[in-house]
Amino acid sequence: MKTKENILKPKNPEKSQLLKVAYREMIKIFISEYPAEKIPEYISENVTGFGTTKDEKIIGLNQFIELIFLQYQQSKELGVSVSYEEFSIHEWENPSGNLHLFVSILNLFIENQEGVNKVEFRLSALFEWNSPSWKLIHWHGSTPVNVENDAWHLTEWKKKNEELERKVAEQTSDLIQKNLQLQKAKELVEDTLKELKDTQAQLIQSEKMASLGELTAGIAHEIQNPLNFVNNFSEVSNELLDEMLGEIENKDFDEVIAICQDLKENLGKINHHGKRADSIVKGMLQHSRANSGQKEPTDINKLIDEYLRLSYHGLRAKDKSFNSDFEMDFDETLPLIEVVPQDFGRVILNMFNNSFHSVSEKKQSLTTIDFKPMVAVSTKNLENHIEIIIRDNGNGIPEEVKQKIFQPFFTTKPTGQGTGLGLSLSYDIMRFHGGEILVDSEPGEGAQFKLILPKIKL
Amino acid sequence: MKILVVDDEQDVKTLFEQRFRKEIRSKTVDFAFAFSGKEALEYIEKLDHEAILILSDINMPGMSGLELLKEIKQKELVPKPIVMMISAYGDEQNYNTAKSLGADEFLTKPVDFKLLKEKLQLN
Repeated sequence: MKTKENILKPKNPEKSQLLKVAYREMIKIFISEYPAEKIPEYISENVTGFGTTKDEKIIGLNQFIELIFLQYQQSKELGVSVSYEEFSIHEWENPSGNLHLFVSILNLFIENQEGVNKVEFRLSALFEWNSPSWKLIHWHGSTPVNVENDAWHLTEWKKKNEELERKVAEQTSDLIQKNLQLQKAKELVEDTLKELKDTQAQLIQSEKMASLGELTAGIAHEIQNPLNFVNNFSEVSNELLDEMLGEIENKDFDEVIAICQDLKENLGKINHHGKRADSIVKGMLQHSRANSGQKEPTDINKLIDEYLRLSYHGLRAKDKSFNSDFEMDFDETLPLIEVVPQDFGRVILNMFNNSFHSVSEKKQSLTTIDFKPMVAVSTKNLENHIEIIIRDNGNGIPEEVKQKIFQPFFTTKPTGQGTGLGLSLSYDIMRFHGGEILVDSEPGEGAQFKLILPKIKL
Repeated sequence: MKILVVDDEQDVKTLFEQRFRKEIRSKTVDFAFAFSGKEALEYIEKLDHEAILILSDINMPGMSGLELLKEIKQKELVPKPIVMMISAYGDEQNYNTAKSLGADEFLTKPVDFKLLKEKLQLN
């Protein structure tokens, strides 16, 4: 058997090899090297379709077997014996490697009583890759023409190729379209993300302003008090000067000296209370201004003292029925700690507000006057970190609530009364400082928040 | 006249001592100071039928001035002390509560010492 192979280099050799093997099996079946009843055994899984009708409908395996039987039968009836000899196989594959054309030239021997007739016969088959197998889309037998100029098949091949290229182009355009859609979706997601970030920033700002609102009344009290002292001590000093002049006239110099000492003390007090008001205003401005994010060495005890008073007086001013005792137990050996003061102040303020709210709620819910609301804060200087413990004897935190208190927007307060961001932001702020918040509570007995801050400069 | 001043601010003591310098020297008044409601109650309990004027701030941590007022009124002390409450400026709510609890007199912060002296008939 003479076989000439003319193979254009396949794009995907493995894929093309599968087809070549399958195609050869088909040719062998067609030229009756295999008995028809055994055909299914030789059918390759790599190919679907076994021929086409005139109108190019694909013939399935059963139809193919029937066709082979018919061929035997016809030969028998006509008293002819038909045999083929493969001469050459030409192959083409399109650039994308999805279309493969075989043109086989066979010698057809028709033997009857008169002798043997040899006819050249051409078998062409066009396969399309239809993952995971090749699908026969055109199958045609005819007398040969020069395969190099096989206009019909090449046209057919070209047509199919163009169709495929068009499909590819369509798919490409589809992909471009989808890509555009994806791009738009991406932009939408990015816009949404930006909006979310803006909203988050707004929420943080509004939480800040809400806590500032809670502070305002406390601030008014905390400024009014020192101002009262400044006014009172300056007035009394004025009076003392008049008295001193009188005492000078009386020549009671012991009394003059006593008045002088009082005056000196008063000036000291005026200065002290002036500074107190000054520090409150500065603290308020620091609390509300945009976060500079700058850490600075901070006297934590002083910061706690200020914010505890602000919280207490803020709540007092808002709710006249509210009252609680508070205790401060500061470790005087505490070093300056690197914190962003306004941020850390917010954490402290939040803790105190929560504690005072909690004891206040308990007081209101209890009819016994035995309950004495108490919020206590202490600081401790440890080897590598400092600890701030804020304890209250309020209602405590139930276990199911404890697990959620640091989640954003989680609040036990009625709608509109809490942003649900206080503890969540506090948690973030503590993490930013390399510290943490630990919560412990005996429901009904009170709660304890432990803030841990590292001493090292981050 | 025995006057008990109740305020959580320590400097109030200095202020009163200076403002009433002459009166203290002439022993017209005798001041005592308490820095919380609890301290004030302890002081009152120690007194034995001594006439007293109590001058208390309302806004104090722990036992507030109002709670102190309530306690004093419940004690039915003889002779009855005069209770003068000092409230923050514009604090209508506390003013009304103190009035309903039986406060005898009111002052608004910042304390006008001339007015206080007039009320105490020291001028």
